[in-house]
Amino acid sequence: MTGAIWNLLLALAWVVLSGNFSGLNLVMGLVLGYITMVLIEHQVESLAGYPARVPRILRFIGFFISELVLANLKVAYDILTPPWHMKPGVIALPLEARTELEITLVANLISLTPGTLSLDVSDDRKVLYIHAMFLDDEEELRRNLKEMECRALELFR
Amino acid sequence: MIEFVKGAFMLTGASLMLLASLGLLRMPDLLTRMHATTKASALGVILIMLAVALHFGEVAVVARAVAIIIFVVMTAPIAAHVIGRAGYFVGSKLWSGTVKDELKPNYDPFTHELKSGMEAQANVERRPQQHDLD
Repeated sequence: MTGAIWNLLLALAWVVLSGNFSGLNLVMGLVLGYITMVLIEHQVESLAGYPARVPRILRFIGFFISELVLANLKVAYDILTPPWHMKPGVIALPLEARTELEITLVANLISLTPGTLSLDVSDDRKVLYIHAMFLDDEEELRRNLKEMECRALELFR
Repeated sequence: MIEFVKGAFMLTGASLMLLASLGLLRMPDLLTRMHATTKASALGVILIMLAVALHFGEVAVVARAVAIIIFVVMTAPIAAHVIGRAGYFVGSKLWSGTVKDELKPNYDPFTHELKSGMEAQANVERRPQQHDLD
């Protein structure tokens, strides 16, 4: 968190000092600030871990967008063709996430991908109940959901 | 070049919205309808907003477009989850083609208790509770 704030402050300093108040220059400042922080990471303790986290977040966003588009195409195909290919059902997914924030994030990510909708979490917060549209291959679906969960949790831990 | 990108974003965004409304009409039950409407339209809004940001290319417009995208991404799944959950627990019928339902056996409609089905190991070290007396 301190890393993100410092990165933003460095970017603002860059924008103010170069005197060019445009969005593109702010992005430039962010990139330069990030490079600076990679260089000084070993000397400043409070920054430890931040430079490694940024590419992980970017990779996660890329992974998530590709999942989103692929799953959207699948649902779109089923809507457009007259016979139903879907096999909907409710499955229970054991959760790795422990804190409320992590569970919220994982549940929201699952809801955002088409084909899966998180219904409820059990009272002891161990299992997430998910309504899935395509249960032809349940193992495959569980694997995909687990992979998404692990990747999302990596961002926190 | 950028004209084509903008046009492609606009067209796919609009057709995703069309798909969402078609899905609302065609889908057989509440939960599958939630699948069709919320996500396809969320992606549609995102694409159209990206096209808007590319077209104007000013800081003020781009900032607002990004804000809209963030808000849609934050709110769409929560709305879908809340509507789906409320509908399920109120008792809306699932489609006849539904293959399995792992939630139903774990849910107690009188106490609204939702078990995880993993209590077996937790029960071993369970302390006696108030309602165990009667």
